[in-house]
Amino acid sequence: MSNTTDKEQHSTKRFLKLSGLEPLVITPESNFVNVGERTNVAGSKKFLRLIKEEKFEEALDIAREQVEGGAQIIDVNMDDGLIDGKEVMVKFLNLIVAEPDIARVPIMIDSSKWEIIEAGLQVVQGKCVVNSISLKEGEEEFIKHAKLIRRYGAAVIVMAFDEVGQADNYERRLEISKRSYDILVNKVGFPPEDIIFDLNIFPVATGMDEHKLNALDFIKATAWVKENLPFCSVSGGVSNVSFSFRGNNPVREAMHSVFLYHAIKAGMNMGIVNPSMLEVYDDIPKDLLEHVEDVILNRREDATERLLDFAETVIGKEKENKIDLSWREEPLQNRITRALVKGIDQYIVEDVEAARLSVKAPIEVIEGHLMTGMNVVGDLFQSGKMFLPQVVKSARVMKKAVAYLLPFIEEEKLKNPLPEGSSSSAGKILMATVKGDVHDIGKNIVSVVLACNNYEIVDLGVMVPPEKIINAAKEEKVDIIGLSGLITPSLDEMVFLAKEMQRQNFTIPLLIGGATTSKAHTAVKIDPQYKSAVVHVNDASRAVTVVGDLLQKESSNKYKENIKLDYADFRQKFLNRGKHKEYLTLEAARKNKYQLDWSKAEIVKPKTLGIEMIEDFDLNELVPYIDWSPFFRSWELHGKYPDILEDEVVGKQATELFADAKAMMKKILDGKLFQAKAIYGLFPANTINDDDIALIHNGEEYIFRTLRQQAKKYVGKPNFALSDFIAPKESGLQDYIGCFCVSTGFGTDELADGYRKNLDDYNSIMVKALADRFAEAFAEYLHKEVRIDHWGYAANEGLSNEELIKESYVGIRPAPGYPACPDHLEKLTLWELMEVKEKIGVELTDSLAMWPAASVSGYYFGNPEARYFGVGKIKEDQVADFAARKGMSLEEATRWLAPNIADD
Amino acid sequence: MKNIQDVLKERILVLDGAMGTMLQRYKFTEEDFRGERFKDWEHPLQGNNDLLSLTQPEAIAEVHRLYFAAGADIVETNTFSGTTIAMADYHMEDLVYELNYESAKIAKAVADEFTAKEPNKPRFVAGSIGPTNKTASMSPDVNDPGFRGVSFDELRVAYKQQVEALLDGGVDILLVETIFDTLNAKAALFAIEEVKEERNIDVPIMVSGTITDASGRTLSGQTAEAFLISISHIPILSVGFNCALGASQLVPHLEVLSSKTEHAVSAHPNAGLPNAFGEYDETPEEMAAQIKEYAEKGLVNIVGGCCGTTPEHIKAMADVVKDYSPRILNTLEAHNQ
Repeated sequence: MSNTTDKEQHSTKRFLKLSGLEPLVITPESNFVNVGERTNVAGSKKFLRLIKEEKFEEALDIAREQVEGGAQIIDVNMDDGLIDGKEVMVKFLNLIVAEPDIARVPIMIDSSKWEIIEAGLQVVQGKCVVNSISLKEGEEEFIKHAKLIRRYGAAVIVMAFDEVGQADNYERRLEISKRSYDILVNKVGFPPEDIIFDLNIFPVATGMDEHKLNALDFIKATAWVKENLPFCSVSGGVSNVSFSFRGNNPVREAMHSVFLYHAIKAGMNMGIVNPSMLEVYDDIPKDLLEHVEDVILNRREDATERLLDFAETVIGKEKENKIDLSWREEPLQNRITRALVKGIDQYIVEDVEAARLSVKAPIEVIEGHLMTGMNVVGDLFQSGKMFLPQVVKSARVMKKAVAYLLPFIEEEKLKNPLPEGSSSSAGKILMATVKGDVHDIGKNIVSVVLACNNYEIVDLGVMVPPEKIINAAKEEKVDIIGLSGLITPSLDEMVFLAKEMQRQNFTIPLLIGGATTSKAHTAVKIDPQYKSAVVHVNDASRAVTVVGDLLQKESSNKYKENIKLDYADFRQKFLNRGKHKEYLTLEAARKNKYQLDWSKAEIVKPKTLGIEMIEDFDLNELVPYIDWSPFFRSWELHGKYPDILEDEVVGKQATELFADAKAMMKKILDGKLFQAKAIYGLFPANTINDDDIALIHNGEEYIFRTLRQQAKKYVGKPNFALSDFIAPKESGLQDYIGCFCVSTGFGTDELADGYRKNLDDYNSIMVKALADRFAEAFAEYLHKEVRIDHWGYAANEGLSNEELIKESYVGIRPAPGYPACPDHLEKLTLWELMEVKEKIGVELTDSLAMWPAASVSGYYFGNPEARYFGVGKIKEDQVADFAARKGMSLEEATRWLAPNIADD
Repeated sequence: MKNIQDVLKERILVLDGAMGTMLQRYKFTEEDFRGERFKDWEHPLQGNNDLLSLTQPEAIAEVHRLYFAAGADIVETNTFSGTTIAMADYHMEDLVYELNYESAKIAKAVADEFTAKEPNKPRFVAGSIGPTNKTASMSPDVNDPGFRGVSFDELRVAYKQQVEALLDGGVDILLVETIFDTLNAKAALFAIEEVKEERNIDVPIMVSGTITDASGRTLSGQTAEAFLISISHIPILSVGFNCALGASQLVPHLEVLSSKTEHAVSAHPNAGLPNAFGEYDETPEEMAAQIKEYAEKGLVNIVGGCCGTTPEHIKAMADVVKDYSPRILNTLEAHNQ
């Protein structure tokens, strides 16, 4: 019976009550409330990227994962200099609201800008939390915002921050929280239960005496707030506390648990905690617990030193623990499944042999034992519990097992021939990197993952001409064709192939993937050319689902129809959207070019002019220049190095992958397995006719053509072309430009193929991914040498590796084929000027991709104002002008520039 | 005259029934809707019930009179669609102030008549503030879930104008009702708070949501408790539900409100669920029996009717609730500041 039936007066308690579609009532008995913070551009690199690229669907997936993972509130933060925070906050919240499985929890609107907070409050029906306000800007501002928050119906996080600064000791925390509370409750009439204090969690064990009390002061202040400021909540970001132990997760996890244990006891009831970075308090080894507690609670003078010493033994222990062979005692199927899931190939032959002896025909081991294991791998991968590098390792084990079984299967076939056409594979898929393109890391990864899922892969390799793809597809009777490419001309190759497939009446589905491909290009340019299904797939896990749906006998027709409709719909929307964009004529764009004040320019003449070559550079010197983040990205692990090693989702995997990469790198360095070569030159140059750069070498003139932005800009924003960064001839000044090509790809293919032949795709892909990193590192290194020494305009520069990656130096090195100079044709000029092929052996393919693939070429611009930009879409008038300047037909220019020409 | 907060402690108050259902009985034609004043209006006006306050004011007054006579303590002004947003259909945005002001005047005059006749039973006028015909947290385009047909600010401005006119016309209470999207209601509440602050007045606010169907949620997806939490930041007189459901289907949702709010609870359900012809056919007796359950359980402080209810329904309810004491309000835990 309902408690309302008795007509007595009841008391409604003052609890913090929030709502999404469903209520969240936080009572003193509630467990600690965990706030999800992956939808925060400041905290998640991946989320920032998705927002920047307007991939809102995937961004929503992050929000959904958090809610499914148990976050009771989701924090949304769009504070980033490069995005329009207000617009994106509204857009993303509107989308969240449309997803009942996300919108069921309350939203925390997180921004340092009031206008973003207010815009967010205006689009959410539920009771939100504002994160945050403080007395930093004074009382008047604080009261104004608090009143509005009240009127919009939200709770609020108050930072312990005032006009003087951030509270960093016990007394200041008390002082600020008390003052904030009094103003809110007495002057604004804010309900005390809707106030949440963030009392600032700061790191301990930093080695500095003034930080010793950081944790203890927070905990004591929390207890004081709960005691003296009734009904309030206390929150904070927990991972800060262990900041000085980055890299030692066991210690960090213990620190978080100990900190929370005491902070929660003191009354902290919500916060941002990475659940995977938390050890169960009772499971912390006693000695570690004691050392950590000494530090958190500041129980000993030498607590920090003792924990530091002890921490080293903790790392050591973790490594020892790794070799645990108890699983070898388990039943056979468990052993095989485990070997596949964990990617352990040590015992697989032994186990497969045991399996073979237990069945009638050897094929049954593949269809039974191995597929059972691979199905587990597939399920784990699909559900995000395994990551790409692990799956590729699983494939290595699988291949090794199958290779062992093959001779037995052949023997069996001779004894009992199978009926014609029978196959145990789920389908046959042709994979190829298109003509003119040499990049195959992504294609190889997708191939491996599909092979893991029992598809037979026909891999035609790189630079595959269309007729070869068509013929192979017919001969092999494949069920799907998958095309990959990294450089922009490959997009046209794909369009051509789609047309060709239609002409030859193909009906099998076509998959499109690779770094420059996109759903938009696929929908607008490829899909209309082919009557059957065309699907854009850019990651390996999606490839499995898509291929599965395409080949599913019962439902594939429906699926294909839906895909077709989806792409038609997408195309329509895309084209409609395109119409809103306004463009300038080339003439007008040139008038709005970036105007440097050449009268004040200080142009530095290079110390040495002319061309230099480096043969066989020592790879060891490049190691410090490696930017690891893209390496992880190539394995579909997203996050910034080194933070990614501690990422809550992919951290463990990233750490393992990184260890394997380091081992492979050592092998490459020790054995000098890659050869690094470079050629570069510095030349007198001037801009002529607005968009062309003319340089002189050995008395001959070479001209680089640049492309100019044509999209209509806001007032005051120029339409850039690279030529704007070089002094025009008419200025009367002599300016300079540099050019370069580096490669670390020599030796790559041999090494990678060796692994591949050995059924080790994991290391084969690893080799190529490392070669790419070395090439980029070489480019970074050489650029620095040029700046400091050969050109010498930045002789006093001293930058850390991190600053190099952030590109905080003076000058740029744009590469043809990339956003600032998207046409690849200028590579021909570079090659002619520096005799790149003759001197260092890097060649250009038909589509102007560099071979070996691990090569980088580009220009050097030394002007301090030089910056990276994207040319974006251009109009026909610029294409015609470009063709005339290049002395080529309009048709040819259109073909090369196609990916950059605006659709009408 | 006693203020409504005091009367609420004494008895269960009765709100009126449907205005639209009663107006249908007049079978007004397009000409009747237009009257002399709008005979040349360029757009069809039949169905614009709010306009009848200007063109058929006697009919509106008569309906109010019938409800007061049936025992209602509170009648609602004929202003359910009285915002620039809802009036855009008839191109009558410029008439919004006048429509609200006149409607309030008509209702207030009738209320004063009855209070004068029966001073121990004061009669009140609630200014009806409908949801408009747009929604701020849902997209009208299924293919573009991020799109919105109306913004918070547009709603806030529109509601503010309606609120000012209703108050100028003399309403005693503001009733934000038939809330299918809580964000719309929050914009209305925001506007009311602005007006209160600017005029330095206080005015009782009734808030009434709509649980759309058996899912137990508002159209915008909130459960009863989430809805309650989302509108509880403003000091209100009562919170409740109306429309969409009949009295019996409302019970579980009223129980949620009743146990969790420190405000009065209201309910003005439809006369059952629509039958096969789209008509509401629950009889006054059937509906009163259900209202009796509300009263017995101590769920409500204010009852009334929505679609399909008539003065006969209201009379039956008033007869039932007069024998019951009202739900006792929960008190909010004190804080010593």
